[in-house]
Amino acid sequence: MTSEFMAPAATTTDAPTVRRGRFAGIRRALAPVREARGLPKWVLYVGLAIVLLFVVFAIFAPWISPYRFDQYLDSHGNRFPKSVVGGHPSAKHWFGTNALSTDVFSHIVYGSRTALEVIAIAVVISMLIGVPLGLFSGYYGGPLDRTLVLVNDAMFAFPSLLLAILIAFLLRGKFSFLGDSFSGIMSAAISITVIYIPQYFRVIRNTVISVREEPYVEAARVLGAKPRTVIAKYVFGNVVQNVPVIATLNAADALLTLAGLGFLGYGVQPTEGAEWGYDLQRALGEASGGVWWTSVYPGLAIVLLVTGLTLVGESLNDLLNPVLRRRQLLPVKITGPELEMANADAVMEERS
Amino acid sequence: MARSSGSLSRYLVTRLLLVIPMVWILLTIVFVLMRVAPGDPVQAALGGRLPQSVIEQKRHELGFDKPLIVQYGHYLGGVLTGNFGHATSQNRSVMDIVTHEGAATLELSVAAMFFALILGLGIGVLIGRFRDSPLDVVGRLFGIITYAAPVFWVGILFQLLFVAKLGVLPSSGQADVLQNIDLQNHAHTHIYVLDAIINGNWDDLRNVLVHLILPGLTLGLLVCGVFIRLVRVNVIQTLKHDYIEAARARGIGETRVVLKHAFRNALVPVVTVVGLQAALLLSGAVLTETTFNWPGIGQALILYLNQRDYAAVQGIVTVFALIVVGVSLVIDIVTALIDPRVRYS
Repeated sequence: MTSEFMAPAATTTDAPTVRRGRFAGIRRALAPVREARGLPKWVLYVGLAIVLLFVVFAIFAPWISPYRFDQYLDSHGNRFPKSVVGGHPSAKHWFGTNALSTDVFSHIVYGSRTALEVIAIAVVISMLIGVPLGLFSGYYGGPLDRTLVLVNDAMFAFPSLLLAILIAFLLRGKFSFLGDSFSGIMSAAISITVIYIPQYFRVIRNTVISVREEPYVEAARVLGAKPRTVIAKYVFGNVVQNVPVIATLNAADALLTLAGLGFLGYGVQPTEGAEWGYDLQRALGEASGGVWWTSVYPGLAIVLLVTGLTLVGESLNDLLNPVLRRRQLLPVKITGPELEMANADAVMEERS
Repeated sequence: MARSSGSLSRYLVTRLLLVIPMVWILLTIVFVLMRVAPGDPVQAALGGRLPQSVIEQKRHELGFDKPLIVQYGHYLGGVLTGNFGHATSQNRSVMDIVTHEGAATLELSVAAMFFALILGLGIGVLIGRFRDSPLDVVGRLFGIITYAAPVFWVGILFQLLFVAKLGVLPSSGQADVLQNIDLQNHAHTHIYVLDAIINGNWDDLRNVLVHLILPGLTLGLLVCGVFIRLVRVNVIQTLKHDYIEAARARGIGETRVVLKHAFRNALVPVVTVVGLQAALLLSGAVLTETTFNWPGIGQALILYLNQRDYAAVQGIVTVFALIVVGVSLVIDIVTALIDPRVRYS
């Protein structure tokens, strides 16, 4: 799915910019976002708005949500209705209640918290492992590089969800020292991480290999810079611009994997947090009986967040990838005699 | 001519040799994963139900008391000779699971590919022909949504619509009870559609096909997004070629130009991508089978995982790995035969 966005970006050979902070490379890489105009900008904004909505849900969940995600009694101690017996969407429960008598809307709100936590951890860890691995493997080459590429290709070819299921199965209960609510999130995130490390590795390594032979990198080497300096100062900055694109597209994919894990019962467990995939598993049995609200809303939440992240990722790709980028040309103001000349030229051109 | 066939055979040999390290690495990953699994496999599958002495005996029988390296050798040797092991929780060999449940998954996958190709090619050609029109926007949006929607959610929506609301299609299973028994008793290939045709039982065939629609369509939608994108881009690119212009200049109608001249060339890359979808299809099959209670190999995998039957899980995952490697090999060879550029690169 993501491979077509991962064409190694052509490398910029700009002279070093004046501002040379620690994040100069990142800042330079993100500059096109500020310059963006037209459709890609709007696609980016729509995507960001959707993602932001869920971020707000996640951060302010206890204030936004009418009930706690595992709450099934109202303030008088009466049990909420079950989905099949009067759990329809109502004024009290906007999106109805599910088979466990908990509020579906609260699950949507708390579910964004689970989803974003898992995604963030998974993306950060796979980045932290995949990027350095790709950098060193690509820069030094040799048998280690070849072995890593082979292992990587093998993992890439394997059905990703199966790999995640296996890891999730092996990690079950391994993080219980982190406390109830966090252990499930952690093991889900790690099992997802395993799928995405190869993607970072692959893209970063391929870019490094093309950057490695650039004259300015060679120049640095000739001047006697240590490999560490060359990688950190000259290679990294030109490679890092691929990362935001992969990260957002992976985030979208990671959410789908998380939901898949939850649906199969290997994701975040119901006691640990609200998770949309698990909610859908519970809703599955009720669907043929016509209970629609327990499945439609969690599914919509997934679709919306995945679409939002995909839109951000694709527009970032359009904006950051120099091959695809269309630069906005500044309007040129022509006045006085020059204008007349230009007009005359245009008329001549039209005639010929 | 002689030179080209020489380069083709050289390509094929190289490609075949590359399979060996690939398979070896995948098998090693599977083996390592299953050995770092918590607890002892036999204990996990049978513990609590049998006395310790029986478990010890079973451990010995299955070779779990041997050093890891010996077990590893056994495992690789077994795979080489087509022996994928034995389920611990049931008296079934993995090969038996593959031929029975695997047939159901194959049936589902073929149906899914059928739907995916029809939808993907149809929509792709249409929106490629009418590029940048509102139709194009709708078509591309459809492609994004089929990717963003979890396959099991699509399945549930279909159940809500076609089962609960309209009541026209069955919600789950591979066939109704009577037909199921009939097909089990007169099994040839374990692929229900084929068996029904071999038996000449049209009632069974109708029943099986009706059960195949929703799961096939659900899994097909997951895959078709990729095809839509690919066909659209290819149609747009092919329509720019000179020979298309030439065809138009000869006065051939636009529909004929698109379908006869552009479509065929846009089809070549699709062949490659069909193979690349094997992994996605297998991942999706696990979820689709769970959604529709389809007795396939994905559902079996989840079942054995829940029973902590490591031997069965290891065998099934091994088979998955071999399928993925095998399909990509076949596709590469087919592409090399179709497209001469591949073998020269």
